[in-house]
Amino acid sequence: MSESGAADREEEDAGRRIANDARERVRFEEEALDLADQVYRVARRMVGTREEAEELVQDTYARAFRSWKSFTPGTNMRAWLLRILTNLNTDRGRKIQRTPDQQPLEESDYYLANRLAAVEGEQALEQEQVVERLSQGGVVNALADLPHDFRDVVVLVDLGEFSYADAAQILDIPIGTVMSRLHRGRRILKQTLAEETLT
Amino acid sequence: MSGDGDCEKCEELLQGYLDRDLTQEEVTIAEGHLNRCEYCRRRYRFEAHLRRYIRTTAIERMPAGLMTKLAELRGPTAEGLSE
Repeated sequence: MSESGAADREEEDAGRRIANDARERVRFEEEALDLADQVYRVARRMVGTREEAEELVQDTYARAFRSWKSFTPGTNMRAWLLRILTNLNTDRGRKIQRTPDQQPLEESDYYLANRLAAVEGEQALEQEQVVERLSQGGVVNALADLPHDFRDVVVLVDLGEFSYADAAQILDIPIGTVMSRLHRGRRILKQTLAEETLT
Repeated sequence: MSGDGDCEKCEELLQGYLDRDLTQEEVTIAEGHLNRCEYCRRRYRFEAHLRRYIRTTAIERMPAGLMTKLAELRGPTAEGLSE
């Protein structure tokens, strides 16, 4: 075989590799964009304003598109994107917040139900509509008031419907920490709802 | 309350029960108590309603226009590349 033939073949292979890469990248980008609304919904409740959420999602996608090769096809892309997002959010400096250790002890799990029962009567707890006593704005504010360590876990599991294991991976914390923050975060949330919407 | 002193235990199991994260033994304890105790039963039902309410009310859809901005962040298209 002539030397120029081998060189041609090499060039052809390189061209094919580039084309393959580009196709994979496009597939990745499309799959990622399909998840944008779900990523935004989680982001929106992790930060204070819509503008911040939009910016955070844009930064997330900019980074994701740059480092698409580090995503393993077939694994959970939504969790992968949220991992980038929570890292970026942490980098933005949320250092002024109190750490969980300094939080007041939350009330027990029945606290909100007990408070509602005191106002509306025991029977009311049976009715699904009783939760509407808690306004939509009240729920959103109570979530926003959660210390961020708790909020991230509550938002990922209860709004994003991620498993404990996925949440642990996204936040890079042990699964036991996910569970304790989730349980405490939900109690604090219910306490806030009781205090802010039932007075 | 049922008065058998198990309400406190049942309350402890509430979150794990709804998350389906209890051991079989704990599920048996919780369900055994719930069958006897209307007080706890109401509170479990309330918690389930509450979770659904929180999930649906706290959802805010992506603003119009963000998708376009995200699409602009994509790399050069693969169009025109040979198969």
